[in-house]
Amino acid sequence: MTSIALVSRMLGPMLAALLLLTAASHAWAEAEAATPAPEGAMPAESMPETTTDFPAVEPDPVPPPEPQESVVAAEFDELPAAAEGNAAGDGSETLDETLADDAEPAAPNVETLIRQLPEGSFNDRRAVATQLAASGDPRVPDILSALAEGRLLATADAPPRILIRAATGTGGSDAISGENVPASVISGGTRIPVHNPLRNALRSLVAVATISAPDPEQRASALLRLMRGSIDSDLLAYLDTRVEREADPRVMDLLLTVRALARLNADTPEERLAAVAVLRGSLLNDVRVGLEATVARDADPDVREAAAEALDSIQSRIELYRFTENLFFGLSAGSVLLLAAIGLAITFGVMGVINMAHGELIMIGAYTTWFIQTLIPGALSSSILLAIPAAFVVAGLVGIAMERGVIQFLYGRPLETLLATFGISLILQQAVRSLFSPLNRPVASPDWLSGSLEVNPVLALTWSRIYILVFAILVFVALLLVMKKTSLGLKVRAVAQNRPMARALGVRTGWVDALTFGLGAGIAGIAGVALSQLTNVGPNMGQAYIIDSFMVVVFGGVGNLWGTFVGAMGLGMMTKFLEPHSGAVLAKILVLIFIILFIQRRPRGLFPKKGRAAEA
Amino acid sequence: MTHSRWLKNLRIPGLALALAFGAGTAQAADPIKVGVLHSLSGTMAISETTLKDTIEMMVAEQNAKGGLLGRPIEAVVVDPASDWPLFAERTRQLLEQDKVDAIFGCWTSVSRKSVLPVVEELNGILFYPVQYEGEESSRNIFYTGAAPNQQAIPAVEYLMNEYGIERWVLAGTDYVYPRTTNRILEAFLKDQGVAEEDIMINYTPFGHSDWQSIVAEIKRFGEQGKPTAVISTINGDANVPFYRELGNQGLSAQDIPVIAFSVGEEELSGMDTSPLVGHLAAWNYFMSVDTPENAEFIEQWHAFIGDENRVTNDPMEAHYIGFNMWVKAVEKAGTTDVDTVIDAIKGVQVPNLTGGVAEMLVNHHITKPVLIGEIQADGQFLVVSQTDEPVPGDAWSDHLPDSRDIVADWTPPISCGNFNTVTETCSGQNY
Repeated sequence: MTSIALVSRMLGPMLAALLLLTAASHAWAEAEAATPAPEGAMPAESMPETTTDFPAVEPDPVPPPEPQESVVAAEFDELPAAAEGNAAGDGSETLDETLADDAEPAAPNVETLIRQLPEGSFNDRRAVATQLAASGDPRVPDILSALAEGRLLATADAPPRILIRAATGTGGSDAISGENVPASVISGGTRIPVHNPLRNALRSLVAVATISAPDPEQRASALLRLMRGSIDSDLLAYLDTRVEREADPRVMDLLLTVRALARLNADTPEERLAAVAVLRGSLLNDVRVGLEATVARDADPDVREAAAEALDSIQSRIELYRFTENLFFGLSAGSVLLLAAIGLAITFGVMGVINMAHGELIMIGAYTTWFIQTLIPGALSSSILLAIPAAFVVAGLVGIAMERGVIQFLYGRPLETLLATFGISLILQQAVRSLFSPLNRPVASPDWLSGSLEVNPVLALTWSRIYILVFAILVFVALLLVMKKTSLGLKVRAVAQNRPMARALGVRTGWVDALTFGLGAGIAGIAGVALSQLTNVGPNMGQAYIIDSFMVVVFGGVGNLWGTFVGAMGLGMMTKFLEPHSGAVLAKILVLIFIILFIQRRPRGLFPKKGRAAEA
Repeated sequence: MTHSRWLKNLRIPGLALALAFGAGTAQAADPIKVGVLHSLSGTMAISETTLKDTIEMMVAEQNAKGGLLGRPIEAVVVDPASDWPLFAERTRQLLEQDKVDAIFGCWTSVSRKSVLPVVEELNGILFYPVQYEGEESSRNIFYTGAAPNQQAIPAVEYLMNEYGIERWVLAGTDYVYPRTTNRILEAFLKDQGVAEEDIMINYTPFGHSDWQSIVAEIKRFGEQGKPTAVISTINGDANVPFYRELGNQGLSAQDIPVIAFSVGEEELSGMDTSPLVGHLAAWNYFMSVDTPENAEFIEQWHAFIGDENRVTNDPMEAHYIGFNMWVKAVEKAGTTDVDTVIDAIKGVQVPNLTGGVAEMLVNHHITKPVLIGEIQADGQFLVVSQTDEPVPGDAWSDHLPDSRDIVADWTPPISCGNFNTVTETCSGQNY
């Protein structure tokens, strides 16, 4: 197959050119950034033009932690009472009690404060929230967490009605009376704005108020939040009482950790040593930071030593998990490469067509996903699942049209095929640009594809990557089965190995060519569905994958599906293990250099075809 | 071939008219031409097409008002196709063949750098509407986007003061703008007493899509017990996978806020915004800004483009300001002659869309307010901070030792874009 030899020969220079480009742009960017120094660089007498109107930078920029701490101190006395009432499950009684308690001493009453929330700046809102938290009113945690999550609304009335939008659905409730409110009223309210510092302050306020919430999840997240702030002695004493009552083992663990962390600063070395002993096995980040501080600053050498030892054992476990994480990153990068390349392994690997429009077939698959998502807006999960066969069909049909319309006339003329398919790729790109718009299309991810599987505090594997890894392997296995076990696969292989003989045996070679190309194109479309969950969907997305795809197929060995698999995983691993040391730009360059050298040594890739099929 | 001959045929009457230039009657019929130099195909089409539409809208509006100096304005649109050398060629074409009086164009710094020698050689005017890295001031270019002191530095100050950030990740795409901006920011942070080990700088290739290890690294960097933020000069397409990965690895905007200089309403309209909510962006304009000027502009834009869902963004406002400034300068000068207009435009003030006034400064940059916005779920920004007074754009950063003593001033006696205040020499073409 001349085209394969040609590409093997061409890929070297092509990669070299790409490498030069990458390296040159890298060097150029660096050189450009370092502007030529005009002579006479002396300290400026003044900096007149940079005066911005933000408040002047303080000499030591300290985060504004006062609300967090002062709340802990201020409102603490009331909290256990309210909390116990809650735990007992009798909310109404507590509410009356607290209201009665608070009515006399506190100057502004809770309801007035709640109504004040929409007014003023972020800092005013923080002050009001702090006062609210100090009131100990049982309605407050819900209101504050709604505020933090942007679910607290105010109506335009005077005084405003404050509403809480439900976390799910369109309904909600009145923040003050607690009664349910129809969706029409909710949609009339405007969101009370919050920003990140305020959100953080609110979460801390809510945390203190929910240490004793009935839901163990809530208690756990409250404790995790407390870990970051400083804990005063009152709160510590209260945590001690919680330890006796806590039933949930996970929350208990956290509770002990929080307590121990606070005790790292205790007065007696014995207490501090005991705290270190408790913290020994924990992988939580705050624990590590706390222990590091102890190692650096503790007055007692025994405590320092114990802490250093605990830190060492934690550190070695962290190393192990980081390695696992890197392994996963590599596999996942490999699975993306595999998905992108596997369609090409058919069109280029088996058929020998240098298909430069392969990336655009991926793009068509991704656009199909977007299109189906806009057709059925509510159903994210089913639209993704539906997109898989749809993208296969759409991209496959485009592929068949390409093969019948252009490529079939060019078999045996690899250079012309290359140019023709490159032209098709440009046409497809501009067609998408004119048809939809040059802008990227937003493709949303369903819930089960977002977030991560938290193995422990150090190791978390992102769900989208896990699914794509599994998906890539499924596609690979399915393709392997089609090629080895079906009659289409048999015919494809027959035509690829010896076209005249296959034809003599009654195989309609033209038809097999079209179907094979359609199969490869369809699989590229499926890859587009998966990639739409990771990256942009836009007219240019295909170009990002075309070089990588050719690299994988040639590296793995043209015509060998397993070679593509091993090649993709190998390159993925290599990139990910290089990246932390060299940076992303250099990692890419190093991988390119490696492949160029590799192809020099073994032009036929990792697993070259052997026997008579090799030079058919 | 046929195309260019057709063009030539068209141009003959144009030339004849140009010869008759000066006669009042001929002037009334003869349109004033402005060039629009934005990529309509290729990778940059995603950002630049909108700017072409903006200028066409401004031209249509000005014509509806009766044109300029009693003459209609005509927009000559060319497509440099995201190809940097082609930008220079098209500029030459606009200036030599189409004889445009001003050009509105370019997005990337590299395209501007490629156009710069041409506009200087042929003495044209270019209005450049995008925030950029500074360290440049040409007599023939007006920079209506933000210089680093109008975007990057205020953003960092905001994070220091409001968030109490002590550790900084400077993440960018590997090209001129991020590298220069990060050099300025690094120098600025060190001036503010931030230690070397509290700054992490990371560059990624264009269109980088696998952010797993880098986000993991950022996460680790942020877990050292000090508040950490990411200053992102990550460009274009790489942003979507970056924010997705942040969300998936559980880094929220409250843990490690990311402040971006290249993510605006237009970019957000092509993204699934859920992982971005709460993260920040620094610009000089947001579509959500509540002023009568802005409401009118948005309405006009929707009417012009015929789509209620299209957003407006910062570079559009820059073109709005730039175009109005040029119109005002031409009216003031009474002619479109390039040299006269370049002199007349200095000090010209036009209203911006955020309720203030933009003034063209002697260094060819303009005054702008700095706004910090938090990304909302609907792809809009909630303004969380805004400077009281507009900030004057500084062509040469005061934070880099190389450019500390350099000023740009295109009025006599200096009349130089690269003037060293210490040695009192003008380095001329040194950018």
